[in-house]
Amino acid sequence: MVNELKFSLLHSIFLLLGALVLLFILSPLLGMFLATSPVSLFDTAKEPEVRQSIWLTIWISMATTLFFAIAAVPLSYLLARKSFPLKKLITGIIDLPVVIPHSAAGIAILGFVSRNSILGKMGSLIGLDFVGAPAGIAVAMAFVSIPYLINAARDGFLGVPERLEKAALTLGASPVRVFFTISLPLAWRNIVSGLILMFARGMSEFGAVAIVAYHPMVTPVLIYERFGAFGLKYARPVSVLFILITLTLFILLRYLAKEKNSESSKR
Amino acid sequence: MLELKNISVNKGAFSLKSINFTVEKGDYFILLGVSGAGKSMVLETIAGLVIPDSGQVMLNQRDITHEKIQHRRIGLVFQDHAVFPHMTVAENVGYPLHGKHFPHSERNLKVKNIAEKMGIGSLLSRKPATLSGGELQRIALARTLIQEPLILLLDEPLASMDTHLREELRKLLRGLNKNGQTIIHVTHDYEEAISLGNKIAVIHDGEILQSGTPEEIFQNPKSGFIAHFTGVKNFFNVSAANEQNQATVLINNRISVCLPGECTSGTGYLMIRAEDILLSLHRLDSSAINNFEGVVKELIPSRSGIEVLVDIGVVIHALITRESMVHLSLEEGKTIWISFKATSLRFIPS
Repeated sequence: MVNELKFSLLHSIFLLLGALVLLFILSPLLGMFLATSPVSLFDTAKEPEVRQSIWLTIWISMATTLFFAIAAVPLSYLLARKSFPLKKLITGIIDLPVVIPHSAAGIAILGFVSRNSILGKMGSLIGLDFVGAPAGIAVAMAFVSIPYLINAARDGFLGVPERLEKAALTLGASPVRVFFTISLPLAWRNIVSGLILMFARGMSEFGAVAIVAYHPMVTPVLIYERFGAFGLKYARPVSVLFILITLTLFILLRYLAKEKNSESSKR
Repeated sequence: MLELKNISVNKGAFSLKSINFTVEKGDYFILLGVSGAGKSMVLETIAGLVIPDSGQVMLNQRDITHEKIQHRRIGLVFQDHAVFPHMTVAENVGYPLHGKHFPHSERNLKVKNIAEKMGIGSLLSRKPATLSGGELQRIALARTLIQEPLILLLDEPLASMDTHLREELRKLLRGLNKNGQTIIHVTHDYEEAISLGNKIAVIHDGEILQSGTPEEIFQNPKSGFIAHFTGVKNFFNVSAANEQNQATVLINNRISVCLPGECTSGTGYLMIRAEDILLSLHRLDSSAINNFEGVVKELIPSRSGIEVLVDIGVVIHALITRESMVHLSLEEGKTIWISFKATSLRFIPS
């Protein structure tokens, strides 16, 4: 009885603390939503500059995620399956973009892709400009968001029993077929989760993108620009609109991923 | 057909030391040993999942030690079945046929045929998550057999199955072997070994201690470990028959021994524990219905008493205490009676 009482008291304290954290997350957002009138939201949505910026942010982040996934997913597989020298160091390097300040990351990327760098020179040979261009935005987004995909996909592959891959090999499948028919489908849920995270992280990036490519303006940069030039009142509607669109997009993506998974497990 | 020559593997905690054995076409070869003895590693070496540090794996006189797994034509059924959870039963069973240029209709027909044969025909559209252990085992077997492997490797296929299912699967495996399928079967259960195998190799600590027919292994265990592991000194190849509701078995076609109740007729193995045998100077008038007169051949002191070898036409091992030996004044050449209850016998049909 005493134990139960203690337990419920502890739970009540935890509940209170938890509620405070939730309130902390929700109240600024709610405050912003309440302070934005539907009319101003509607007017902002009609502005070509805002629409172009949101569209630019979404498509660059999506294209970046898909493009980098081609290399990141196989790397995750290697990290999950193979042991090799310096593996711990490599895992640490992958997490580096999460821990360094993103403005510093932007400075590093700028040096890496500037017109005088090797990559910049190679790009300009085929007419690809990085600085102040979508390609530069993509590189900055990828740099800060790729750890989320790699880590999620690696956890996914770790969750696939190695025996299933071995069984497939003894059933005459080549390693390539084993990867595409066993490992990838079984790790798919985590990979999709990682893709959504990377996509989301890419879209919300400001620091690195603003340094590498202030123009064309992705929405986080546009919000900053409006705040700097016109103040809080003008930055608010764009922020609310962007949050609404990205939230809808994530819910939709999560729902689609869930549908696909439950459909395949029902079959 | 398959020959392992001096196979050695060192994988930290597990190792195989100079493994040698030969499996002929049509053999039902049993690898018998306690868990952790290295049985599964031997199978994985044959399948190509483990590459030995030294030695050779020869298949039909061809060295396949470094051949790619997918080209070996050796089927392995894992202990936990390893059925792919994201595929239907039909997709699982048909998995080995993909990429082999089979027309779709032929592939479906093959899947259907083997599924019917394995008794899983009605499960083809189901997902593995909803199936029982016995059903998963049959799916794993069907999936391996559809690729017509030269050798079928089975890792503890009867473990974690209830008695009824176990008997059914034994029948199925016997049938497969009768139809010419060469099988290597790993188990820790000596009854399973006796009832299925025509050759047995006993493995312990990564070493093959003895190999041969069940009679050779159980009648003449070459080491104390095997004798202890099998625990059976009185092990006979017998033929059983039922007469007037009473089952009897004939040892060496001469000595007739009564079994409790009825049994399936045919050949099999009879086991009597040495400690279940009573020795007396005269025929006992007791509930034991098996009474034989014999001559003491040898007295062997052992840790648990005195092992008395009595010749009654076949040599029977009896285990008695030192006091009993003194009391009966036993010595080599002395005539003595032995008796044992029918219920202390174990008959395993082969």
